[in-house]
Amino acid sequence: MPTAEKIERVPIDVKVNGKPHALEVEPRTLLVELLRETLDLTGTHVGCDTSYCGACTVLLNGKAVKSCTVFAVHADQGEVLTVEGLAKNGDLHPIQAAFGENYGLQCGYCTPGLLLSTYQLLDGNADPSEKDIRKAIAGNTCRCTGYQNIFKAIKAAARQMRKA
Amino acid sequence: MLSQLGADAKVLAGGQSLIPLMKLRFANPEHLVDLNFVPGLSYVTNGDSQLRIGALTRHAEIEDSEIAARIPILHDCAAGIADVQVRNRGTVGGSLAEADPSGDWGPVLLTLAAEVRCIGPKGERVLPISKFFVDAYTSALAPNELVSEVLVKSPPKGSSGAYVAFKRSAPVYASASAAVQLTLEGDVCREAAIVLGAVGLMPIRVQEAEGALRGQKITPQTTAQAAEAARAAADPQPDMRGSAEYKRVLVAGLVKRAIEVAARRARGERVEITHAYC
Repeated sequence: MPTAEKIERVPIDVKVNGKPHALEVEPRTLLVELLRETLDLTGTHVGCDTSYCGACTVLLNGKAVKSCTVFAVHADQGEVLTVEGLAKNGDLHPIQAAFGENYGLQCGYCTPGLLLSTYQLLDGNADPSEKDIRKAIAGNTCRCTGYQNIFKAIKAAARQMRKA
Repeated sequence: MLSQLGADAKVLAGGQSLIPLMKLRFANPEHLVDLNFVPGLSYVTNGDSQLRIGALTRHAEIEDSEIAARIPILHDCAAGIADVQVRNRGTVGGSLAEADPSGDWGPVLLTLAAEVRCIGPKGERVLPISKFFVDAYTSALAPNELVSEVLVKSPPKGSSGAYVAFKRSAPVYASASAAVQLTLEGDVCREAAIVLGAVGLMPIRVQEAEGALRGQKITPQTTAQAAEAARAAADPQPDMRGSAEYKRVLVAGLVKRAIEVAARRARGERVEITHAYC
């Protein structure tokens, strides 16, 4: 039996949803574990835990990543945006509102990941084509909706955000 | 550091293969040497005749780069790897060092006769990519060596290519793929490079298929000959993505499609393609 070794911890500074945190993490800690277990931000879901399903998608420095396949130390000096950071002062983000209005979810398990993938898409492309949307959410699996209402929701969100 | 840690250490680049492999306990390294905070390894530079891509450059950065706009086969490859999230993290150097038989960069960089710069304690060496892959999941890198950059010669006028993969869904590896780079002079094909992916332990360069096009016009007949040569050269493993015979037929179809697109592009046409899904 291996003897209990002293568990190594690494200091990281990370901003999550705008709030700075100074933390110490084990090098093996995944970003999704940091978010869910240390920071109690359980809106980010673990679906497959194999980098397939995209339920754990968050933005790291503005880019969508699968947080089950990124180490927490990689967020050092960085910024993370999770689903909890989308609404402002109790008002849903236009992407969230559009998913609700267009029935872009049923069980909701994949939704936080889809919202963040949509966020990256609309950040660089205010008027995405069908093909752009398809490409942007290819890494997010939804087992309920058949995707049609998700497409509708993303288009509606884009329209709404262009108006704003 | 890699020399000190020895064979128990693994290099971590984007982590999009290594982290899932570690979760499955297929990889169980005692030490991870993380390159992510090493500065100066992520760049795409565009010299007159030679392009340099830093090993830690993410697929998404290559996808959006000026060189991908100019060399369509690089865009086909970078933009088609897995999904947005994986492309935002995964790196070209990591993909090459992993030497996965289904990796996308291998076939594409072989058609471009790219070179790989490797660095280690003894200094640098530049390997032609044809010497870089040694076996499935095995590159020519010594345990204490790293890929530092990929060197690509700018294709001459009249030369263009295409890369098509067939995938069951975006995040998974290809069932089969084909990379084709053609140099046309008028109607006649002067040079051809045809490489198959995911249908052997390493990318397979098909000289018989290239020979079917070289010095010929690109017609349905010569294209069919090249595709047949590809079918014969493929050496796929049957697995959950299909039987060996299915993959041979599949890869022949992909070669045909890639030749057609490469020829149109070599004539100056803008053709956008995406991978095929079942």
